[in-house]
Amino acid sequence: MFPPQCSQNSLISSLSIRALREKVREDPDFLFSYIEEIYKVIEKHEHQLRAYITVRPKEEVLRDAEALLKSNNLGPLAGALIAVKDNISTSGIRTTCASRMLESYIPPYDATVITRIKNAGGIIIGKTNMDEFAMGSTTENSAFYPTLNPWDLERVPGGSSGGSAAAVAACEATAALGSDTGGSIRLPAAYTGTVGLKPTYGLVSRYGLVAYASSLDQIGPIGRYVEDVAIMLEVISGHDPKDSTSLKVAAKDYGSYVVDRPIKTYRIAVIEEMVEEGVDREVMAVFNKTLERLESYGLSVEFRKMPIIRYSLPVYYIIAMAEASSNLARYDGLRYGLAQEVEGRLWTEVYKRVRSMGFGKEVKRRILLGTYVLSEGLYEGYYLKAAKVRRLLYEEFMRLFKEFDLALSPTSPILPPRLGEVIDDPLKLYSLDVNTVPINLAGLPALSVPGGFIRGLPVGIQVFGPHFSEGWLLNVARLIEVAGK
Amino acid sequence: MSDEVVIGLEVHVQITSLRTKLFCGCSSNYRDRPPNTNVCPVCLGLPGVLPVLNEKAIEKAVAVALALNSKISEKIVFVRKHYFYPDLPKNYQISQYDRYGLVPVATGGRVVIDVGGLSKTVRIRRINIEEDTGRIVYPEKTVLGSKYALIDYNRAGVALLEIVTEPDFRSPREARIFLEKLASILEHLDVADTSLEGAMRADANISIGGRARVEIKNIGSPRDLEKALSYEITRQLNIVKSGGTIERETRHWIKERGMTVPSRAKELEGEYRYFPDPDLPPIPISKELIERVASSLPELPDSRAKRIAKEYGIGDYMASVLVLNKRLCDHFEHTARTCGNPKLISSILVNEFLRWLDEADIPLSTGILRLSADRLCKLVQYFEKGIVSIKLLKEYVRLAVLEDKDPDDLVRQGITTIGEEEELERIVTEVFEENPKAVSDALRDPKAINFLVGQVMRKTKGRADPKIVNEIIRKRLVEYGSK
Ligand SMILES: [Zn+2]
Repeated sequence: MFPPQCSQNSLISSLSIRALREKVREDPDFLFSYIEEIYKVIEKHEHQLRAYITVRPKEEVLRDAEALLKSNNLGPLAGALIAVKDNISTSGIRTTCASRMLESYIPPYDATVITRIKNAGGIIIGKTNMDEFAMGSTTENSAFYPTLNPWDLERVPGGSSGGSAAAVAACEATAALGSDTGGSIRLPAAYTGTVGLKPTYGLVSRYGLVAYASSLDQIGPIGRYVEDVAIMLEVISGHDPKDSTSLKVAAKDYGSYVVDRPIKTYRIAVIEEMVEEGVDREVMAVFNKTLERLESYGLSVEFRKMPIIRYSLPVYYIIAMAEASSNLARYDGLRYGLAQEVEGRLWTEVYKRVRSMGFGKEVKRRILLGTYVLSEGLYEGYYLKAAKVRRLLYEEFMRLFKEFDLALSPTSPILPPRLGEVIDDPLKLYSLDVNTVPINLAGLPALSVPGGFIRGLPVGIQVFGPHFSEGWLLNVARLIEVAGK
Repeated sequence: MSDEVVIGLEVHVQITSLRTKLFCGCSSNYRDRPPNTNVCPVCLGLPGVLPVLNEKAIEKAVAVALALNSKISEKIVFVRKHYFYPDLPKNYQISQYDRYGLVPVATGGRVVIDVGGLSKTVRIRRINIEEDTGRIVYPEKTVLGSKYALIDYNRAGVALLEIVTEPDFRSPREARIFLEKLASILEHLDVADTSLEGAMRADANISIGGRARVEIKNIGSPRDLEKALSYEITRQLNIVKSGGTIERETRHWIKERGMTVPSRAKELEGEYRYFPDPDLPPIPISKELIERVASSLPELPDSRAKRIAKEYGIGDYMASVLVLNKRLCDHFEHTARTCGNPKLISSILVNEFLRWLDEADIPLSTGILRLSADRLCKLVQYFEKGIVSIKLLKEYVRLAVLEDKDPDDLVRQGITTIGEEEELERIVTEVFEENPKAVSDALRDPKAINFLVGQVMRKTKGRADPKIVNEIIRKRLVEYGSK
C-alpha cells in the first residue's frame, strides 16, 4: 500500500529496485522515462512534503543516467534513484545536516556508502531533510522546515531520517539511505509505511557519516519493499579500512533471505517491558495480529521479562549526548561551514558567535548536557555508570538470544504524532524511541516493517535479533509484508 | 624556607621516522611545504571523517618504552582530550589517559644520567601516543605585536610521543642532560630526528622551596631548557627576595628575548573532558610484537658509552658526554677510525667543539659540516707533527666552528706553530742578544726564565710551542752558565 502521491501516478513510480533493474537491462531508454516520472512526482508534491533539502537538477541526473548506460555498469542498483540523508557526505553536493552551521558546506569527498551505491549503478537524486545533526524523532528539528507525513499531511514522518522515509514512501525516490542512532531509521519507516533497517554496529562503514553519537550511529537502507532493503544492504555492507569500527565480515546475499516462507522455525521472543505501559491499544492490536500470523507459520512466540531495559533511555541519552558534545566541537566556522567576520575580534568571540547562531535549540541542549556529564567529578557518576549499564544490557540481550532466534516489538508505542504535538516536551519526544534505543546500545540489527494500518496510518513492527542476523530479520519481515498485502 | 629546586618535564617528540601522520595518509614530513597543502579530510577534521591508526606508531612507542625501562600496557586505548583552540581541527586531540581504567601505552621507567661524573636516576611517569596540532603563525612573530594570526594545518595529526618524568631534577643542568640523553636514545632507536625544528618540545614545571608550581611551555631544545629554567629560578628568587609571592601559573619561554612571560591562555587543567574515543577500538599489544621489537633494538647510549670507552680508551666521562648525541658520537667514531688518536679527538669534541656550538647556538649538524672528519684528521696530523701546538689547535677548532675556516688554509697562511728548531734557535739567539740583563737574571733565578720565553713568543706571534721554547732556553742557559 502506498500513499496518494504514488498511486495518483502510473505504476512506474513505485517500481522495486529489481523490477527497475530488469526493465533497464531490457530497454536502457526506460531509465529516462523513469527519471522523468519520479521528477514529476517531486514537482507535484515536494512543495508540500518537503522531504528534500537538496534535489539535484533533473538534467544532472539524466546525464548521470546516460553515463551509467554508456558504462554498461548495470549492477544490482542499476538506475535506482537513491535519496540520501543529508548527514552523509556527498562529494560536490551540499551536505547540511539540516543545520545553519553547514548550510553551505559542500564536501570534497564521498562517504564509503555513496561510493558503493555509485559502483552498484545507483544514482544519487538528492539529499533529504532530517532533524538537525540527527537529533530528534520527528524531523521538526530541521533548521530549515519540517517534512510532512505523506499519509497525513498534518502528522510528522518520524525522525531523524524523516526526509528519506517520506521521499521513499511518496515515490520521490527508488530507495533511500538513513542513519540510526536510537531509532532514526526505524521510527520514520514505521510512521511512513516503509521498511527501514538498522544494521549490526560495524556492518556498514560510517566513513562519511557526520557523527552524532559514534558508538551508536549506523547507516541503513529505507525502501518500499523488504527486497529493496535487502539489495541495498548487500551493496553498502562489508568491511571498510577507512572505518576502524567496521567489522571484518563479507557482505552476504541478503536477497536470498527474502522468501515467502520461514527458512527456519524461528523461536521469537517478545520483551514484556516493550509492550506494556505507554503502548497505544490500537498499535498493540496490530502487533498481536502480526504475532498470530507468524504463529500460523509454525513459529513459536514467547514473552520474557527484561527489567534492565527500563534504563535504556537514560543510558542512551547520557552516552549519546556525551559523544555528541565531543563530535560537534569541531564546528567553529574556521575551516568550513557558517563563517563569521573575524577581523578585530578575539577567536573566542568568533567561536561563540558561530556556535550560538549555527546550532538550533535541541542541538545546544544535547551539547550542554553532554558537556556536563563528561565534566571532571561527574564523569564517573554519569558516563562511566551509563557505560556499565550498557554492558549489562548487552549481556542480557546475549542471554536472550541464546534461547531465542529473534524478538519482536511495536517500533513506536504510538501512531505518528501531529506536528507540534511532542516537539516542545523533550521527555515525551524522547519516549518515542523507547523500543528502538536498546537495540543501538547493544549494537544489534533491527528493522521496521509495516504490520498494518489504523485509520489510514501505518503501524511499524520492529524485528530484531543477535549480531549479524540481518538475513533472518529480512526473512521474517518478508512474511509480515506478505501478510499485510 | 629552603630553596631546593624541584623540576619535572613533559617532553613531546614527533615520531619523525614514520612516513605518514598518526591517523591519515598525509606525509609526516610537513616541513617546507606551502601552508595547508599537507592536509586531507581526516586531519582537517571535516564532517564525517574517521581516524585510522598508523600501526607502525605502536612499534615505535614500544621501542621507546623498552629503552626507558617502562612497563608496556596490554592494549592501546585512545581518548579524546577536549579544548577549543584554532590550531586543533576537531577541537579535541586524540591522546591517551591514565585514569578511569584507561591506560597510556607505557607507565613507569627510568633513565640514568651522568651529572659531572655522578650518576643519577630519573624516573619516567608515563608515555603517551597522541596527535600533534596545527601551527599558528603570527606575522609579527609575537601574539601581542600582530593584528591577526594565520593557521597552518600541515602539522596537524603528526604522531607524537609524550614522555612525562617525575619531578626528579634539582637543577637546570640536570634537566638539560636528561633531555639530551632522551634525544640521543630516540636518535639511536631511529624514532625521531630531534634536530628538526619543532621535533622535540619540552614543557617544564618548577617549584622552589615548596612554593607554587610554575609551568614553562614552548621550550625547543636542551640548551633552551637550561636557559629557561635558570631564568625562571632567578626571576622567582628575586620576587621572593623582595617579599613577593610566587603565583601558580603557566609561562611561555620566548627564546628570542631569553625570558619567560606569562601565558595568556586560561588554565584548562581538569576540564579536558576525557573519554575513550569511540572511533578507535582498543588494540592489543601482543607479546610477539614486544619480543620482535626487543630483539631488534639497536645499541643504545649506555651500552655504547661502555663500548667506546673500552674500544678507544677514552675514559668513562668522555664516553658519557659523546653518547649524549648520536651524531656527535658517530662523528667521533668515524674520525677516530679514520685517523686514530681517539683521546685527542674526543677531547677536542667534548671540550672545544661542544663549547663553541653552545656559546654561539650553532646546530650540531652545521658544526659537524664545519669541523668535518676530514678537517679534524688534518688537525690531529698537524698536532702530531708539531706544526700546531695544543693552544693553536684549540684556536683552529674555534675558527672552524664559528667561521667555517679550513685548517689547511690557516696553515697555508703561515699561522702555524714554529716547530723547526733551527728557526727557533735563531730567534732565541736574537732575544739573548737583545736582553743581556734578563739573561743574567735568569742565570741566577730560574723563575726569570719566563720573561725570555715571553719575548720569543712575542717574536713568533704566538706560533711557537712554549714547551719547546722553554727547553731551548734552558739548554742555552746551561751553555752560558758553564762559560
Ligand atoms: Zn591528512
